[in-house]
Amino acid sequence: MRKILTYLKSYKKECVLAPLFKLLEATFELFVPLVVAAIVDTGIARGDTGYILRMCGIMILLGVIGLACSVTAQYFAARAAVGFSTKLRHELFAHIQGLSFTELDQAGTSTMITRMTNDVNQVQSGVNLVLRLFMRSPFIVFGAMAMAFTIDVKAAMVFVVTIPLLSVVVFGVMLISIPLYRRVQNALDQVLGKTRENLTGARVIRAFHREEEEIDEFERRNGVLNSLQRFVGKLSGLMNPLTFIIINMAIVVLIYVGGVQVDTGVITQGEVVALVNYMSQILVELVKLANLIITVTKAVACGNRIGQMLEVQSSQKDGKEAFTESGTPEDYIVFEHAQLTYAGSSVPALADLNLRVKQGQTIGVIGGTGSGKTSFVHLLPRFYDTTAGSVRIGGRDVKDYRIEELRRRIGIVMQKAVLFHGTIRENLLWGNENATEEELWAALDTAQARNVVESKTLGLDEPVGQGGGNFSGGQRQRLTIARALVRRPDILILDDSASALDYATDAALRKAIRGMSGGMTVFIVSQRTSSIQHADQIVVLDDGRMVGLGTHDELLEGCEIYREIYESQYRKEGA
Amino acid sequence: MAKKKTGVEKETLGKVLRYVRRHSGWLVVSLVMAALSVAGALYLPVLTGRAVDCIIRAGEVNFTSIKDILRQMGLLILLTAAVQWVMNVCNNRITYDVVRDLREDAFKRIEELPLKYLDSHQPGEIVSRVIADADQFADGLLMGFTQLFTGVLTIVGTLGFMLSVNLWITLVVVLVTPVSFFVAGFIAKRTYKMFRLQSETRGEQTALVEEVIGSQKVVQAFGHGAFEQDKFDEINGRLQKYSLQAVFFSSLTNPCTRFVNSLVYTGVALTGAMLAISGSLSVGQLTCLLSYANQYTKPFNEISGVVTELQNALACAGRLIELIEEEPQKPDAPDARVLADASGRVSLEHVDFSYVPERPLIEDFSLKVQPGQRVALVGPTGCGKTTMINLLMRFYDVDSGKICVDGTDIRQITRKSLRGNYGMVLQDTWLKSGTIRENICMGRPDASEEEMIEAAKASHAHSFILRLPQGYDTVIGEDGGSLSQGQKQLLCITRVMLCLPPMLILDEATSSIDTRTEIRIQKAFARMMRGRTSFIVAHRLSTIREADVILVMRDGHIVEQGDHEELLAQNGFYAELYNSQFSA
Repeated sequence: MRKILTYLKSYKKECVLAPLFKLLEATFELFVPLVVAAIVDTGIARGDTGYILRMCGIMILLGVIGLACSVTAQYFAARAAVGFSTKLRHELFAHIQGLSFTELDQAGTSTMITRMTNDVNQVQSGVNLVLRLFMRSPFIVFGAMAMAFTIDVKAAMVFVVTIPLLSVVVFGVMLISIPLYRRVQNALDQVLGKTRENLTGARVIRAFHREEEEIDEFERRNGVLNSLQRFVGKLSGLMNPLTFIIINMAIVVLIYVGGVQVDTGVITQGEVVALVNYMSQILVELVKLANLIITVTKAVACGNRIGQMLEVQSSQKDGKEAFTESGTPEDYIVFEHAQLTYAGSSVPALADLNLRVKQGQTIGVIGGTGSGKTSFVHLLPRFYDTTAGSVRIGGRDVKDYRIEELRRRIGIVMQKAVLFHGTIRENLLWGNENATEEELWAALDTAQARNVVESKTLGLDEPVGQGGGNFSGGQRQRLTIARALVRRPDILILDDSASALDYATDAALRKAIRGMSGGMTVFIVSQRTSSIQHADQIVVLDDGRMVGLGTHDELLEGCEIYREIYESQYRKEGA
Repeated sequence: MAKKKTGVEKETLGKVLRYVRRHSGWLVVSLVMAALSVAGALYLPVLTGRAVDCIIRAGEVNFTSIKDILRQMGLLILLTAAVQWVMNVCNNRITYDVVRDLREDAFKRIEELPLKYLDSHQPGEIVSRVIADADQFADGLLMGFTQLFTGVLTIVGTLGFMLSVNLWITLVVVLVTPVSFFVAGFIAKRTYKMFRLQSETRGEQTALVEEVIGSQKVVQAFGHGAFEQDKFDEINGRLQKYSLQAVFFSSLTNPCTRFVNSLVYTGVALTGAMLAISGSLSVGQLTCLLSYANQYTKPFNEISGVVTELQNALACAGRLIELIEEEPQKPDAPDARVLADASGRVSLEHVDFSYVPERPLIEDFSLKVQPGQRVALVGPTGCGKTTMINLLMRFYDVDSGKICVDGTDIRQITRKSLRGNYGMVLQDTWLKSGTIRENICMGRPDASEEEMIEAAKASHAHSFILRLPQGYDTVIGEDGGSLSQGQKQLLCITRVMLCLPPMLILDEATSSIDTRTEIRIQKAFARMMRGRTSFIVAHRLSTIREADVILVMRDGHIVEQGDHEELLAQNGFYAELYNSQFSA
């Protein structure tokens, strides 16, 4: 929380002025009962109409000044709070852009989105409220007590007793009921879980005709929620009656004490009225304060979460070297005892990988789910860093290059075909902002995506909805391949990116990529042996280890797992 | 338009009231208590005023009447507080019970809705009706109960009491108070536009954040971060401008209404003091009127808030009630037969079916399956193989023609017994949150420990279950939690293995399962299918070749039908599919 408050620094002036003007307003408000007392004691007692008019003029004046102060305070508070949250959002967004994949995995997408949207909004309203009210409410409470002391010490003692008593009740009820509300929330989550489960699993539940039991279970959970809600309601319902009793009993005592003091001539009748008025002011402010504390607690929790997010540092150090090829084309890419253990995991996802790739070769990568295929290719653009061993490209460890430059040389097509809101053209230009129209079409041709674009009325300028929802899976996949090709990369990585393509398109795609000029080195990750069988080298992975390396024929001969995979897809048994 | 809307609101209100009426006893108690508590709270200032009038100046304090009045006050305070509490409890009870009833009805309806409805609605959207809308409604209803009624009573009561004390002062209050409304309304109208701009811009920003952060890895792979940051900052700048306006102008409401209130207060003080001088008003009465002036404006401000809240609550209740009133699936025919242990003879006769009338899918389709036969459904992804499953399980009804099991039209069989005769394993490996045991025994809750373990062994699931921290009592989260896809699939098979019904529907999807597990699953499938009529969505050549009937589907239509040799000989779509996918 402290860390994120530094973003308030440029709003120092506002942070001082907002509460200051609020206090001024509160001060003027505290004078009102005194003016009323004067009207009663002097104006009415002496029948002085002019005096009463003057006093009423003062009251209106107090109101006008109060309004002016309050408006000023609101303005400064809003400026500080909104400016602060704007800065915080900017900072968060920039911070996330700088995190490495390891940290992104740990944080999780939905968490980061919540931090950036909901949490920042909460903090904004928290800051706004604190600047406006946090000083005001206690000030009025204690101010009212102080004013009581100026009137009469003996009567003020009633305030001294009442204020702590009220605080205990208001904050006590709050303290007890907050954890209970958390339990209500849990019970609600249970009801929610049951509902969602019955929607996503409707077929299975009906297939096993479990509707009755599910309804019973729902009713049980709903009942638990209901009785918890009622219980909490009974408790928090105590707040109003209890404060009502305390404040009004205090007024009763005040009148009696006031009566005694007036009788002995210490104070006047009007002053008794003022004391009663002060007492009524306290209650309103205490309730405001209690609500404020709830909001602030929430905001602080959100602020702490944001702070934690901002404290996460990228685990990757950027290299210094420009991307130059200094090694031999023979040893263009070299994996040497490469090992990768994901953060938070005890088992390595990849262990002791050794591979030498010549420039221009095509490498096939195959293996079962969770065998480490994707982890393997993610080492090349430094999405993840090896935890032992090394990966070298062009004779140099990938960690030595500047990350941005390294990634510019690599075109990667990820498993999940993601397009962004905009047009097809804008999406393709992600690969290379300076690509010409011809280069775009060439990439589309290679990716077998020409007909996708041509089938759209606006061609390259066809809008792409968020997430590419207006394109089919296969169309998206081909467009993401084209996007990677637009940058004419030295190294192309296709991570299971032909899964939604039919056999013929897949084959044509591979042929077109082979035909591209420039000696591009290609990594193809696939579950289908047909996609990789023509590769120069095939890496067979199993449980993070390389269990086979060679050409299709060599592996059929010598690698049992490869043969097993191949046969499961091509088996001609049954005869 | 507006008229129509209020019509709908009225209708919803009527339906909500029907739910409230079940608790009319509590409602009456609540209303009586509300009236009592308002009366108590309003009478208190009168007593205070009287007490103040007993305190004139030194030596002129009437302690006997003060003590008397104070005793009355104490009693009144305690009574009012008690009444308030009872009212709160009643309101809570009514609200939460109404919401409970609504939720329960909604859930029951979900269990009865045709699959067609569930398939065409996002689960998240329905969940939000049952959870968020219901909650919003509860909040609104509670606020309505606690504040609307007491608010109105307070206003009326205050006016009455003020009138009883003095006519002129009442007039002052009644004339000045509306100013506060005008001010609040004026600000609200002005800020509405600003709030709309703010929320639009906020929405724009959230969309960008969701897109960029949601695909952060792609953004980084293409080094596009700086570009997106510029876009973000541009929106962020606009948001700052609009937010500042919205936050500032809306925060003016409080100071402004407070100012108007102080005008009312001053007005009362002035007229009161003048009247006091002329002797037609005592100082105590003035005190009493001043405290009324303070109280009087508050319910006005509250009520306008409550009314919007109530409208919102009604809209929420409307969405929930809409779900409750959704047409349920056709109930079982009254003379429906209970199908016990089917022999497994299934026939489809001239079946027509489509999800939308404009796009016919299955037309005049007939098929006879003998007990124990295997039917394979083949075709490219998304060709509608699940449609067949939908029809066989009667998740959907045929448009014309009929499907018979053991010679009886399935519409003449109770759903429960029909579905009980099928064992279904879907590609979507759905598991409920609960223990492994609960999941396996879903179809047969009365199964013994031995039977359960036997089923798990038969499906090769026993060994991995034993390796879980609590074995069969391990609790798995919603949708399988930490289990792998393959493990989930094995559990789904075990679930069916335990019931072993006479007919099977299997979706042989193995795309996300590694080869080794796949072979084990295959063995489990094979064991299950022995001697049972089975419908298999087939991906593997061995299954397809061994099938007695192959149905070839394309774009939702059944295009070919026959066994492997026949279909190859036809040299049609099947042959094409076969050659492209299964030959090297």
